[in-house]
Amino acid sequence: MAKRIDVADLNIYYDKTLAVQDVSLSIEPRSVTALIGPSGCGKSTFLRSLNRMHELIPRARVEGKVMVDGQDLYAPDVDPVTVRSHIGMVFQRPNPFPTMSIYDNVAAGIKLNAKRMPKSELDDIVERSLRQANLWDEVADRLHKPGSGLSGGQQQRLCIARAIAVQPDILLMDEPCSALDPISTQKIEDLIGELKADYTIVIVTHNMQQAARVSDVTGFFNLRGVGQPGHLVEIGDTATIFSAPSNKATEDYISGRFG
Amino acid sequence: MPVSERTSRSRVRAGDRVFAGLSTGAGALILAVLAGVATFLLVEAWPAVVAPSADIPGGQGITVYIWPLLFGTVLSAVLALLIAAPLAVAIALFITHYAPRRLAQGLGYLIDLLAAVPSIVYGLWGLAVLAPATVEASTWLYQNLGWIPLFAGPPSSTGRTMLVAALVLAVMVLPIITAVVREAFLQTPRLHEEAALALGATHWEMIRMTVLPFGRSAIIGASMLGLGRALGETMAVAMVLSVSGGVSINLISRSNPSTIAANIALDFPESTGIAVNTLIASGLVLFAVTLAVNMLARVVINRRRDFSGAN
Ligand SMILES: Nc1ncnc2c1ncn2[C@@H]1O[C@H](COP(=O)(O)OP(=O)(O)OP(=O)(O)O)[C@@H](O)[C@H]1O
Ligand SMILES: [Mg+2]
Repeated sequence: MAKRIDVADLNIYYDKTLAVQDVSLSIEPRSVTALIGPSGCGKSTFLRSLNRMHELIPRARVEGKVMVDGQDLYAPDVDPVTVRSHIGMVFQRPNPFPTMSIYDNVAAGIKLNAKRMPKSELDDIVERSLRQANLWDEVADRLHKPGSGLSGGQQQRLCIARAIAVQPDILLMDEPCSALDPISTQKIEDLIGELKADYTIVIVTHNMQQAARVSDVTGFFNLRGVGQPGHLVEIGDTATIFSAPSNKATEDYISGRFG
Repeated sequence: MPVSERTSRSRVRAGDRVFAGLSTGAGALILAVLAGVATFLLVEAWPAVVAPSADIPGGQGITVYIWPLLFGTVLSAVLALLIAAPLAVAIALFITHYAPRRLAQGLGYLIDLLAAVPSIVYGLWGLAVLAPATVEASTWLYQNLGWIPLFAGPPSSTGRTMLVAALVLAVMVLPIITAVVREAFLQTPRLHEEAALALGATHWEMIRMTVLPFGRSAIIGASMLGLGRALGETMAVAMVLSVSGGVSINLISRSNPSTIAANIALDFPESTGIAVNTLIASGLVLFAVTLAVNMLARVVINRRRDFSGAN
């Protein structure tokens, strides 16, 4: 369960283009870390390098180290499939499997891990995950209907339930609320607060208030200019970053859109 | 009709009206042609249906005449589909999800090219190349798996067997199935593929969770398209198959049932009177079977529409 992340001198490339330069940071277990910054500065790219999704893009690669509880994710003997099964991800647009029922969506990860388990045990896990995602009451009577029949906010909570059903060590979220209305957003923010007890969470968001509300630590990414790689400007206590950032660029970015 | 209702209430642009008229006309034309064909078949087949058994070629009535042909038609087409469909899905998967881009493109063109080869060429190839080449394999099947009725033999020495006919048909329907399935596989949303991979799915598991279910309707639809083509294929079968009439599931012998389409092609020029009506009646049966296949495909596809991924 909940593990710490240490990133050292990470450079992330798309083919020959350096997209994110020289990131070093540490993330404590059972904390929420928010990543903010202007569009195109590499937040998603960085996030996807934390569970080795980045390398799925042809000719994309990384240099440097990502350590999870001391184990280098990019060590030659590490299987990216195993990495992804231990580090869950929630995407910007809700993406439940449309060909599966709500139940099967939540059970998908467990079935992948090829654990043969009795139906009753699986039922329990599905229920527990849906309850944890605050979705159970809304779907309990239609578990075997397609997941694509839910509202956007419900679909996103279904995706969260799917991600936590396998009890990952870390949960990555890339703008999970950007397609949702304020009420659904509220529900997911509450959920993040609850999940923090069990998981290490990293969330990318464009919403300053959201970063301020849900996170313990905030990291600010920026671009030096057009065509330049993104980089981590500063990372620190959320309260500090929002009240007294040490970098002028951070202050400009936050004050430009915040409050 | 909603179009004309709207027309009466608000001013419609001339272009819209022309287009609505054209498309409605085209739809009506298709229905009219279909109805015309059906009427023609019914009217021309009727004399054979009511004729005394002795007048029908073979002298035993229309059912006895058509049944082996229908059997041969369905057997060869289903066999062809059983060979072609899995192969087509595999090729489509390889092209869309495994092959490097350059190779995938080349293969795609090649498959499309196969679709453009006239069926008479396939017939020639089946007769001159494939048939002789299978004699040895048929003999082996007969000697080792002869206890299976399909390979009861004795093996044909020319290779002009049901097995070869089915193989030729399979090659002929392969491109169309592959092309349709490949398109569908390409449409699988990246979002869903990533969802599976992020859960810790291997490449193959991702394909099983997202690509195959997403392409399911297309696989069924394409198979039915292929089946339809195999059912109606005439020249290749007429050239390849050595026919003796009679119903048999023996795939490697020299006595095989013919197919409806091949039989019409071979017998029509020499037929007169009631024999012509009999052939047309067999054509009516083929028409009905093809229609039924298509309707069945619709039902299968609609049954799981909610889970199709289309919404
Ligand atoms: N598949 C890709 N191939 C090549 N370059 C890419 C690819 N995806 C992203 N990039 C580039 O990498 C840089 C960082 O993109 P990224 O999506 O990580 O930004 P982001 O901070 O998440 O932006 P946003 O806030 O708009 O989501 C951008 O310059 C982008 O053009
Ligand atoms: Mg992004």
